[in-house]
Amino acid sequence: MALDQSFVGRTYPPTEPYEVGREKIREFAEAVGDANPAYTDQEAAKALGHPDVIAPPTFVFAITFKAARQVVADPQLGLDYSRVVHGDQKFAYRRPVRAGDRLTVTSTIEAVKSMAGNDILDVRGEVHDEAGEHVVTAWTKLVARAAEEA
Amino acid sequence: MTAQIAYADVEVGTELPAQTFPVTRATLVQYAGASGDFNPIHWNEKFAKEVGLPDVIAHGMFTMAEAIRVVTDWVGDPGAVVEYGVRFTKPVVVPNDDQGATIEVSGKVAAKLDDNTVRVDLTATSAGQKVLGMSRAVVRLA
Repeated sequence: MALDQSFVGRTYPPTEPYEVGREKIREFAEAVGDANPAYTDQEAAKALGHPDVIAPPTFVFAITFKAARQVVADPQLGLDYSRVVHGDQKFAYRRPVRAGDRLTVTSTIEAVKSMAGNDILDVRGEVHDEAGEHVVTAWTKLVARAAEEA
Repeated sequence: MTAQIAYADVEVGTELPAQTFPVTRATLVQYAGASGDFNPIHWNEKFAKEVGLPDVIAHGMFTMAEAIRVVTDWVGDPGAVVEYGVRFTKPVVVPNDDQGATIEVSGKVAAKLDDNTVRVDLTATSAGQKVLGMSRAVVRLA
């Protein structure tokens, strides 16, 4: 069944702050095999003009996706999460995420579409730091594939 | 932010050094832990096949993380990335052997923009198939 169009534009309350840890950044950089010293060495990060080690560009997805889950799991929306695949992902950065950041995410449903039986959901996550400054915006397109005919 | 490539030295068509990234089952387990994405399609072959996949597949976000390294390694400062977006077109299938899969990424300057920024278009393939579409980054150069 097609998703309810009235959800377009709905904004969810900001998440509790996520504190970005130095070791979490290191763990992520190691997992993607990226030895850039800006992720692990404070002096190297400072030499590039950053106040502390920074996170790889896609690190923030773990935070924004967790926030988007509250949208996806909204029982009123009725998305079948077991059939969801990740369609597109985009980020626009005001500055890199860095160790010590306490980040909140405000998620908004930008679009709801049904195409060929698939439900398509576009969620925008606005990420702000503790001072309320914008850090990054994440756009996530989720596609719930049509259920097979019974 | 201190990119190590100067805007003035770059032209439309400038190619970034291409790279090949290996991915094994162990990589995916490690990435699942680091990212918090424990979807079993990324580590459980039985589950992956039950939902119609050929085998375990890499996290799309893992592929996205590897592809941008062609840009961040080129500019030096990962904080110089202003925008980055991809479409997940085909999964990276990761067999259960010592070899795993490889993701091959190349990039080319597609446009010079305002404010010392350039748009880089990335191409990512695995096993001869394009795995990312519309893969573009905007990066601020020195």
